[in-house]
Amino acid sequence: MTRRRMILGGSLIGGALIVGYTATHPMQVAGAILQGGGSDPEPSAFGPFVRIGSDGWVTVVNKQQEMGQGIHAGIAAMVAEELDADWDRVRVIEARNNFRAYGLQMTAGSNAIASNWDAMRNAGAAARAMFVAAAAHRWNVSRQSIEVRDGVVSHPGSNQSATFADLLEDASRQTPPQSPTLKQPKDYRLIGTDRVHRKDSLAKSTGAVIYTQDIQRPDMLVAMVAHSPRFGGTLARFDASDALKVKDVVDVFAIETGVAVVAKTTFAARRGRDALRIEWNDSEAEMRSTPELIEYYHQIAAGRGDLEPGDFGTKGENPEAPFDGDVVEFAFDFPYLAHAPMETLDCVAQVDGWNVSITSGAHLATLDQVMAAIAARTIPGKVDLEVVPAGGSFGRRGIMSSDYLVECVRLAKRIQGRPIKLIWSREDEMMSGYYRPMSHHRVWVQMGADTFPARWRVHSVCQALTPIGPNFQATEGITNSPYFSTASTVDGKIFSPSFPVVVGFWRSVGASHTAFVMEHIIDQLARRADRDPAAYRRTLYEKAGDTRRIGVLDELCHKADWGSPLQPGWARGLAIAEAFGTVVGQVAEVRLVDGRPIVRRVVAVVDCGIAVAPDQIAAQMESGVGFGLSAALYGAVTLKDGIVQETNFDSHPVLRMNEMPAVETHIIKSIRRPTGMGEPGVPPIAPAVANAMLALTGSPTKSLPFLSGNALGNSDISAQS
Amino acid sequence: MSYAISVNGQIHHVEDDGQTPLLWVLRDTLKLTGTKYGCGVAQCGACTVHVDGTPMRSCTLPLEVASSARITTIESVEGVEAQAIRDAWVARDVPQCGFCQSGQIMSAVALLRTLKTPTDRDIDVAMSGNICRCATYNRIRAAIHDAAAQLGAAR
Amino acid sequence: MRWRRSRSEPRRGRLRIGRWLFATFAAMIAATLVYTLYPRPVPQTQAIQISQPLPDIERLRTVAEFAAIADLDQRSVALFEEAGRVIQHPRCMNCHPRTDRPTQTDAMRPHRPWVSRGLDGAGEPTLRCSTCHGTTNFESSGVPGNPMWMLAPIEMAWQGKTLGEICRQLLDPARSHMSREELLQHMSEDALVGWAWRPGGGRKPAPGTQAEFGAIIKAWLDTGGKCPA
Repeated sequence: MTRRRMILGGSLIGGALIVGYTATHPMQVAGAILQGGGSDPEPSAFGPFVRIGSDGWVTVVNKQQEMGQGIHAGIAAMVAEELDADWDRVRVIEARNNFRAYGLQMTAGSNAIASNWDAMRNAGAAARAMFVAAAAHRWNVSRQSIEVRDGVVSHPGSNQSATFADLLEDASRQTPPQSPTLKQPKDYRLIGTDRVHRKDSLAKSTGAVIYTQDIQRPDMLVAMVAHSPRFGGTLARFDASDALKVKDVVDVFAIETGVAVVAKTTFAARRGRDALRIEWNDSEAEMRSTPELIEYYHQIAAGRGDLEPGDFGTKGENPEAPFDGDVVEFAFDFPYLAHAPMETLDCVAQVDGWNVSITSGAHLATLDQVMAAIAARTIPGKVDLEVVPAGGSFGRRGIMSSDYLVECVRLAKRIQGRPIKLIWSREDEMMSGYYRPMSHHRVWVQMGADTFPARWRVHSVCQALTPIGPNFQATEGITNSPYFSTASTVDGKIFSPSFPVVVGFWRSVGASHTAFVMEHIIDQLARRADRDPAAYRRTLYEKAGDTRRIGVLDELCHKADWGSPLQPGWARGLAIAEAFGTVVGQVAEVRLVDGRPIVRRVVAVVDCGIAVAPDQIAAQMESGVGFGLSAALYGAVTLKDGIVQETNFDSHPVLRMNEMPAVETHIIKSIRRPTGMGEPGVPPIAPAVANAMLALTGSPTKSLPFLSGNALGNSDISAQS
Repeated sequence: MSYAISVNGQIHHVEDDGQTPLLWVLRDTLKLTGTKYGCGVAQCGACTVHVDGTPMRSCTLPLEVASSARITTIESVEGVEAQAIRDAWVARDVPQCGFCQSGQIMSAVALLRTLKTPTDRDIDVAMSGNICRCATYNRIRAAIHDAAAQLGAAR
Repeated sequence: MRWRRSRSEPRRGRLRIGRWLFATFAAMIAATLVYTLYPRPVPQTQAIQISQPLPDIERLRTVAEFAAIADLDQRSVALFEEAGRVIQHPRCMNCHPRTDRPTQTDAMRPHRPWVSRGLDGAGEPTLRCSTCHGTTNFESSGVPGNPMWMLAPIEMAWQGKTLGEICRQLLDPARSHMSREELLQHMSEDALVGWAWRPGGGRKPAPGTQAEFGAIIKAWLDTGGKCPA
């Protein structure tokens, strides 16, 4: 541990024992800045992750956003394991935003399990130690002789036992240990077992879970906003006279992002918006169409632009020297991708003078808080953000400008003193940008006599996801590829064009396209060398010393019966990719029907360190395969004269029930620290399918999605039968 | 206009335009928010309710039509099929973000009321109008089979 | 070895990312602060006249316009070819698919989502057309509707056929299930057929009117009901 840690003390507040850990120093300073002037919901608790009620129930305070990935179950399991709590009497609540209490609240980069691994286990273990101390004192026995299991503290020697509830008062007066003893992985009774179930399945099966869209407040207004149909367009003038005539429309006014219609009901707001007459100023707007943008990218990659590239992954002496001999060239085009979470973007906010209260499925809560404060012209400490589960996000709610949330705060500031719910229609969401950026990759490989790459050159063109920094997300997955292991030089150049289409984080970020580039190239090189793609990969991994990938590859070949015959017309394709520290390999079984890939089965192997919640890891693998396959088959947002053409699920098909392959997930046993699982299931599926298609037809895939024109629509074939 | 509308066994008097989609009447007026808005164009199925026992998309059902029928929403869908489906959903941890699941369950319950032992193909047909962006499809499929088996065993 | 982060040093890498993240956030926040505090006027509502573009309606030629064709057989064929502009319009063809799945839009792409005709042409028992399609077009969702919303029987598939093949199929009671009188009535009076001229939702209607179309069909039958090659 490089960061100094300090116990903040346990205290009994309202019948609940609150134990917490947090880091000191910079975090405390940031906490003071962010929460200064704000009310602390739990005054004496600086890091209250664990509460134990007088009924013996353990409440875990989850500072991460639950957007479907099941993070609440993993967080709770880490606490419950070390606490030896009764899993059936553990509940999870979402933390409000409070930097001072919980530290940075950002659910991103698939790191919620990884980044809480120490804090949650320590919180559980410290609480357990306090119960042990209380029991030892009460029974006058040594602490070492006490056992805790399923929320019951016992002393086998004297046959005494007590529940957490019985010992609550005494335990709360104990001093938490400085560094509680943590269990060895072999002693886990909950972590890594199928007992770790979601806590929200019932509520999500009865319609009882309240998402942002469902928030009801007395006196609440609902707003919809008309946005510029073009990126970079601004409002020139508008006529609200017809909109104001719509029944239940309360107000119509311009804000920074468009024209807002405020009404008593959602449908009235929608009708009012339909009745607006608006003229947009497109002088600064993006007016190009997708084919022009693709051509523009091709020109840039060919060096015919004035964009200054950045280097990435450069290796060896003089990597820019011309290639000679056996040179293979590849080019790939990837489209913009929309997130299209089932719940569109929405937010509830109320501004009373300096005070801002927000309810939203926000997953960059700390940043959202600051952005909201700026929008409301107040200080962050005056912003209270109630975090509710999100109906999906896939990155759309995790953008740095907090666009939808800021828009709602602006409306609330104008309305003053009344809660207002901002609802975006599906069309608003799909046209709003923050897409996975479109990209073009041109790759040259100079082959060595040993049939392995001797030199690599990668020129990538992709908008940057962040306003500053090296645009490393556009090439993550290429930068440190193990396939560079046999090469003497690697010449990586990233060109980052800038224009008004806004781009953002999309589930698995850079790996969503870079994994395709590397994995589809490797299969083509293996075929060229007349080698089995798995064996070819294995050699490269060995040269790179990449034992994790070798472990995944071997297990994958074993579980997928790699190399065994399939029925005529079927082929397997394999891909392995690392994202956010997790290595995932997938083998897809594919056939082609009228050029359409039908995927019936995917065998997946994952090395994500210690598996905290195996069934949720499997769920995320299934989800990643479905999400990635949906994008590979259909996903594309295109522009015509700057206007987005895919606006709803009719023009932008997504994977449906009959198209979903069977997914088998196998987890590599590991004692390493856990790594992420929300995103790494996505990258391998598209190249795995492309590699299977390559095996079937001999033709490589040069762009995604696989389908276009009238074929770009839901299949009527049952994939699994 | 005023409409008398029967929702979950209760008659509600709703003052609204007859062309208002039932979805927004349920959500905004009757505060039955289990029925979700996902697309508004009958593509995603998140707004599925039972109309006289038949699954329909409430985003494309005008209030003036809905007012002559018995509406059932996720909040009070009952019966052996509904119970079996919910039990199976929980046992399999089907939901992820959960936003589509109200609609999925309404479609699945109606499926089991029509076909006692649906095949995979039957499930594909009945459920392909419901989108799940988390791609919980395999667990939905398995849970429907579980529920059918459980109902078969109970009979 | 600038090019690759050593695997044994993940923590330093994390720290670097952390610093970078912090810098990015700080930059974002600073930029937003400047942008937000920079005063700029927002427009107020004002009267805007927007002229409605004329609806794009295709005309159908009247029966009288065919009187000049002296040869009755030729006139009959010409009349059917004019009717063919309606018959082969996407509004009509989309529900006369050659598979169990309807098509949609002017591009006549397969229906999204996937649906299947079922036994009666109105959908599978577990996913009826009426799950989404009501008794009228619904403006809010753009979903078209009609009380009889259903597919034409598979024997009446038009897609992928020439106009001549469609013509002979129409006249064959074994496939059309209609006598000539019933055929005329279907074309000129059937409410579901009539939907093609009132498709709603921004869809392009079939040319002319149902009455004009019916008159052409009647004239075609009266001239012997001849078919194009």
